[in-house]
Amino acid sequence: MSKEPVAVIGIGQTKHTSARRDVSIAGLVREAAVRALEDAGMGWQDIDAVVIGKAPDFFEGVMMPELYLADALGAVGKPMLRVHTAGSVGGSTALVAANLVAARVHRTVLTLAFEKQSESNAMWGLSLPIPFQQPLLAGAGGFFAPHIRAYMRRTGAPDGIGSLVAYKDRRNALKNPYAHLHEPDITLEKVQASPMLWDPIRYSETCPSSDGACAMVLADAACASRAPHPAAWVHGGAMRSEPTLFAGKDFVSPQAGRDCAADVYRQAGITDPRREIDCVEMYVPFSWYEPMWLENLGFAAEGEGWKLTESGVTELDGDLPVNPSGGVLSTNPIGASGMLRFAEAALQVRGRAGEHQVPGARRALGHAYGGGAQFFSMWLVGSDRPGA
Amino acid sequence: MPARDVAIVAFAQTRHVRDSSADSEVELLMPVLHDVLDQVGLKTGEIGFTCSGSSDYLAGRAFSFTMALDGVGAWPPISESHVEMDGAWALYEAWVKLLTGEADTALVYAYGKSSPGEVRDVLTRQLDPYYVASLWPDSVALAALQAQALIDAGETDEDALAAIAGRSRRDGARNPYAQLTGEHAQGDYVVRPLRRADCPPVGDGAAAVVLAAGDTARRICARPAWIRGMDHRIEAHSLGVRDLTDSPSTRLAAGNAGAFDAPVDTAELHAPFSSQEVVLRKACRLADDVVVNPSGGPLAANPVMAAGLIRLGEAAMRIQRGESERALAHATSGPCLQQNLVAVLEGER
Repeated sequence: MSKEPVAVIGIGQTKHTSARRDVSIAGLVREAAVRALEDAGMGWQDIDAVVIGKAPDFFEGVMMPELYLADALGAVGKPMLRVHTAGSVGGSTALVAANLVAARVHRTVLTLAFEKQSESNAMWGLSLPIPFQQPLLAGAGGFFAPHIRAYMRRTGAPDGIGSLVAYKDRRNALKNPYAHLHEPDITLEKVQASPMLWDPIRYSETCPSSDGACAMVLADAACASRAPHPAAWVHGGAMRSEPTLFAGKDFVSPQAGRDCAADVYRQAGITDPRREIDCVEMYVPFSWYEPMWLENLGFAAEGEGWKLTESGVTELDGDLPVNPSGGVLSTNPIGASGMLRFAEAALQVRGRAGEHQVPGARRALGHAYGGGAQFFSMWLVGSDRPGA
Repeated sequence: MPARDVAIVAFAQTRHVRDSSADSEVELLMPVLHDVLDQVGLKTGEIGFTCSGSSDYLAGRAFSFTMALDGVGAWPPISESHVEMDGAWALYEAWVKLLTGEADTALVYAYGKSSPGEVRDVLTRQLDPYYVASLWPDSVALAALQAQALIDAGETDEDALAAIAGRSRRDGARNPYAQLTGEHAQGDYVVRPLRRADCPPVGDGAAAVVLAAGDTARRICARPAWIRGMDHRIEAHSLGVRDLTDSPSTRLAAGNAGAFDAPVDTAELHAPFSSQEVVLRKACRLADDVVVNPSGGPLAANPVMAAGLIRLGEAAMRIQRGESERALAHATSGPCLQQNLVAVLEGER
């Protein structure tokens, strides 16, 4: 049984910032959706269904916000699905939307993810109350810092790798008009001198807390042929999950992440990701996750990821640019962060990434993860229609 | 029409209770997951796709579904997703996944515990956060607005509502999983015109379903309940712009699911309030001889987040037992039936 090819024909996002006090939640999501529709050359009436995702409802204090947002997203009279898979949700949401097209249930789907983190305090939204969690696990940084130390111990990576990643991503963000953090006077020394938050994670090696939304219009082949701009084609997509905590779990390189990447590469016919993929948007909320995920995703052998980073391979002008958009380290509306990775990968292969365009990018990987490094979603998009 | 035949091949649910505080969500779920997998002789690792439905707001903590995943036994890692909606929508996502051909079987589960909080208050957090939620209009009050609109429009009266409530509770007496069973007095007004018996019980529960495609379904199930069509639609959020005596989204979903192509003999309607059955019967164009909510429906047990999935499961079991040839199953979400899902299930023809 053959699936319908799925095309990304419209992408829209908001200018991310720490607090969008000028718009409601509905106003925020509508801004991204309108831009995606404009890019696709479509109006609200051209959309068959809406798939929306975000991270916990507690971040905005609205239970099942899809109910309230139905009007703002032109969903009245249409199917509307709400996905929530923790930090990976932006990616999962796009994959659920893509499956609706692939299964030929709908021909056009608007998919959107958002977070308006200024409505709450994400750090404490992510912290369970004591005694359910030990006090040092405050926020996501407290959870992930020990696993970064395990990575350093296991691979012998020198202390400065994380700072290199942060310095690179913040410079890339300067080329992305939608990125939250624009630090024109950023230097490596400033990153290295920033305060230690959760050893070894420094202040400048952490993601910001952003308000923002990202939207995409996904379509079948016939609709894609009428789109005004080039499409990105979905060559492979997968989700994998494993439990939060169990004896033997490898937090440094979770099996779910390796399996998910392998599934995507199989679908896309990729046998050597390091050679065959032109750029990667990966979910790096703390700088050290770049070398860790380079290994987990098969771009480097075990223990070798930090060497790619150190040698400049992952720079914007390197051989395998990682996070040309500035990544999660520069922009982090949590629920939207995964979709931003998926959307940036699509922008690259459409040749529409502006100043942070990787020249000649034809195949790009979008990656997201969430929970206790337990939920993974990825897609591989290309400028050519699959099989063409 | 979908290009692939997909069926509900197994269903399990908890005995729904007012208060399950002795059990965590995972403990509620584990027996149901084991039950449903045992029915088809599959292990977690043999399932092609898993999807769940639940709500952080009921659990009172962010990422509450991550713990439930531990109960599934997701090791080695599984292909898995979650909707922050009733499990009926998780079933929809799983159905679509099977239609793509990427999986042949799917495990769907949902759970909800209302006992830790006041569900009437919790559900107010679904409302427009700027203009409505701040007034804390609770779910019974909103349903009462809808009931009064129906009475004012001459669509029903309090005696008719009492008859619906009485029938549901009598049917619930034959359902070993139901929370309320047997005769119940109509009771005092909770919010006029709704009396105690017009409102669902508040309770805790979980449910699980296994879906399978084509020959896999035939191999693992004697009489699969084939999903002939499924669709869901949402309406405007503001009650002020909706005709509360009607449910155009249900009618649209039913039409797209093929419900009007041939008569159904059974309908499991997710109508937590007796008055909502009046709206849904009309929208689904149910004839008088259709057996409605033989399980007792949500008036006998309404575990929030699982109640919609249970409607699909109950309808499928009627088909598996040979008590139905063609059944309609419905799930709802949001205030006054804002969002509705309809599936049409059939036995082998």
